[in-house]
Amino acid sequence: MPIIKKGEWVSDEWISVDDETDLPVEGDVLVSLTRYQENAAALTARAGKLGVRLEASEPPEAIADVVGSFDLITVDFPAFKDGRGYSYARLLRERFGYTGELRAVGNVLRDQLSLMWRCGFDAFHVNQSITPEVFAESIGELSIAYQPTGVTKDTVMNARHK
Amino acid sequence: MYRYDQFDHKLVTERVNQFRGQVSRRMSGEMTEDEFKPLRLMNGVYLQLHAYMLRVAVPYGTLSSVQMHKLADIATKYDKGYGHFTTRQNLQYNWPALEDLPKILDELAEVEMHAIQTSGNCIRNVTADQYAGAAADEIDDPRIWSEIIRQWSTFHPEFTFLPRKFKFAVTGCSNDRAAIRVHDIGIELVRGKDGDVAFDIHVGGGQGRTPMIAKLIGEAISREDLLAYLEATLRVYNMSGRRDHLYKSRIKILVHDIGAEEMKRLVEEEFALVKKQGVLQLPQEEVDRIRAYFAAPDFETLDAECPELDAAMASNKRFAAWVNTNTAQHKQAGYTIANISLKPIGGVAGDASDAQMHVVADVAEKYSFSEIRVTHEQNLVLAHVKKSDLLALWETLEANGMGTPNLGLITDQIVCPGLDYCALANARSIPIGQEITERFADLDRQHNIGELKLKISGCINACGHHHVGHIGILGVDKKGTEYYQVTLGGSADEITSVGKIVGRAFTEHEIVDAIETIVEVYLDLRESPDERFLDAYRRVGIAPFKEKLYADN
Amino acid sequence: MAQHSNKLAKIQAVTANRLLDGHVVYFTAEGQWSDWVDDVVLADGKEEADALLAKALPSVETRHIVDPYLFEVDQEDGKMVPKSVREKIRMAGPTIRLDLGKQAAVRS
Repeated sequence: MPIIKKGEWVSDEWISVDDETDLPVEGDVLVSLTRYQENAAALTARAGKLGVRLEASEPPEAIADVVGSFDLITVDFPAFKDGRGYSYARLLRERFGYTGELRAVGNVLRDQLSLMWRCGFDAFHVNQSITPEVFAESIGELSIAYQPTGVTKDTVMNARHK
Repeated sequence: MYRYDQFDHKLVTERVNQFRGQVSRRMSGEMTEDEFKPLRLMNGVYLQLHAYMLRVAVPYGTLSSVQMHKLADIATKYDKGYGHFTTRQNLQYNWPALEDLPKILDELAEVEMHAIQTSGNCIRNVTADQYAGAAADEIDDPRIWSEIIRQWSTFHPEFTFLPRKFKFAVTGCSNDRAAIRVHDIGIELVRGKDGDVAFDIHVGGGQGRTPMIAKLIGEAISREDLLAYLEATLRVYNMSGRRDHLYKSRIKILVHDIGAEEMKRLVEEEFALVKKQGVLQLPQEEVDRIRAYFAAPDFETLDAECPELDAAMASNKRFAAWVNTNTAQHKQAGYTIANISLKPIGGVAGDASDAQMHVVADVAEKYSFSEIRVTHEQNLVLAHVKKSDLLALWETLEANGMGTPNLGLITDQIVCPGLDYCALANARSIPIGQEITERFADLDRQHNIGELKLKISGCINACGHHHVGHIGILGVDKKGTEYYQVTLGGSADEITSVGKIVGRAFTEHEIVDAIETIVEVYLDLRESPDERFLDAYRRVGIAPFKEKLYADN
Repeated sequence: MAQHSNKLAKIQAVTANRLLDGHVVYFTAEGQWSDWVDDVVLADGKEEADALLAKALPSVETRHIVDPYLFEVDQEDGKMVPKSVREKIRMAGPTIRLDLGKQAAVRS
């Protein structure tokens, strides 16, 4: 499964570590929220970048004050119909000021990409059929928006009342 | 009425192209049915018993004559010459082919119409009081605020995959003609402390399997805070609403489970944070821009009295009956609000043929500033008709099967499509409704019975609003056979109540007699002809009805 | 997948809706889809029914139809008659518009 970030395929340098496995000495690690909460100090002190995985049932309030510790936050979509992650993304970006990579993982489909993008996701764990061209097409299908969300600052309302 | 500017046009056009791409990916096999289904639903396309169904949005039930002509033309060209007006003030086509849908949407876009968010787990078409801008009792025009909510909710990226569908209704006055208390969010326009328009936000109403009456969560929310408050409410629901069970995922269940107080606390906490960010403040200039589209038409200065109308009523009994039941008081002297009944005796509630749609478009152009409203009770309204034009209007309607003087009477029913069309239904609704209208066809008898709201659903999803019918009928399936359960005492107005089940269900052959028995019991026990069915029921309770209905058991 | 047949059903057949226009179709002995219920191939008992449904499933892949399922059928005077009201209505058309649906069409 490739990752599309800022519209391009990128390779995933992150080491996803489950809760039972020892941390590697080197490299950028991605851990669960539980593991982060249990070992925050050690994880933050470690060389290499730190990322955290949020499950759909883990609202981001838990990391509201420490978003600066992370270079990657992944938000899981267990099913494309489960839209909690859209709210999580907006909170992380717009309320908690997170500026690192925000990656949608799980059931991430072509026709959801633009919604995720507009909520603040900038990276997507997708299947092979979603090439950068398909991605660009999907994101571009609706070129304007009524609501100020995530990356959308130029809303229809702003354009009307310039 | 509202007209699209370049931005609205662009979005709708882009949406049609997006959907055209989705249909083509489905037909080419790039997408499976499981993947396509939620996408087609998001654009109002269902697969029903006999064919696809397309639900076209009629935002807050307001249509122009040009739009109505287009709806008729589409019915002729792509469907089977008719459409069905729904309780969500929308229009449904019952027979479109999948491959024609992008073309239909192109044609709709030409007249500023679409099928956006008419299904799916998103914010659906906003409904409103059909007398908006005409009613003598309104604080402000609900269409202005409905349009603002329409734009805010259209392609809202955060709220496209909610736990379940989400319905708004807006009323401009305390007399509720929009059934706001049985919606996910019902908004009543009120006067705020400063005298400006403000908003009471009722949350967590709904029908379906578990009927609930909405709770007042936000009181007198100000204009600039309206969208922030709604966004906060939706976010609380999106993050906390249940997703584990289809029947437990509406916001009404969340409000019920945590309690109205806790819901209010969560919403207010979130609202304070959304408000702090400030980006969702609704500026006065945008309200003014939209308000301008809903400015009152150029009314003539007329006398309140209209002797020619009085004379016509005196000489034509049926016309007089129509004026008495089907018109309502207008705020402007010499004008009236005219209701067009889509409930002819023996007809299909809410259906209109292409020819009838053209007639309505024409009379609207001639007599009511080219504007039409769709009501949640599946009728149409011409909101601004001169009293002196009423006779000519009615004669045209009557000649085209739309002059039935039965608004609010027992033959003016809400009826869902039921098992004749719907893939979810358990029993037929339409033929039961038809038989009841035939049984009570006599106009004097109907008028003697007075206001009686009868509502029929073909399954527990309650699209026919049976829970809030003065008399409600619910179709159920028992081993492949249709049965009908009766509820009494429901109401969807400002004193909303959920009907009580009267007893065991009736067969298809018993149900019409049962309804007649209920009506006879009411006529016997009412204290005066002014005591409506609902008032009498509230006074005496269910017992006398039960007793008579099941006397033989 | 929709299931409109009861567990003790004996004689069953397979129906679906055509992808392109959504119209009701029935699975035939030749493995084709017909507009007419009289063309259905019958399955006797659960085993045959499951096998029949399995045989119909590839038509979903080929995008001919959507949502195939089993329904119960009786034969009366050589005519196929679905047992449930629902399937009777699908077979014919809306009961309140006899001018529409298959009931209004003439088989060529």
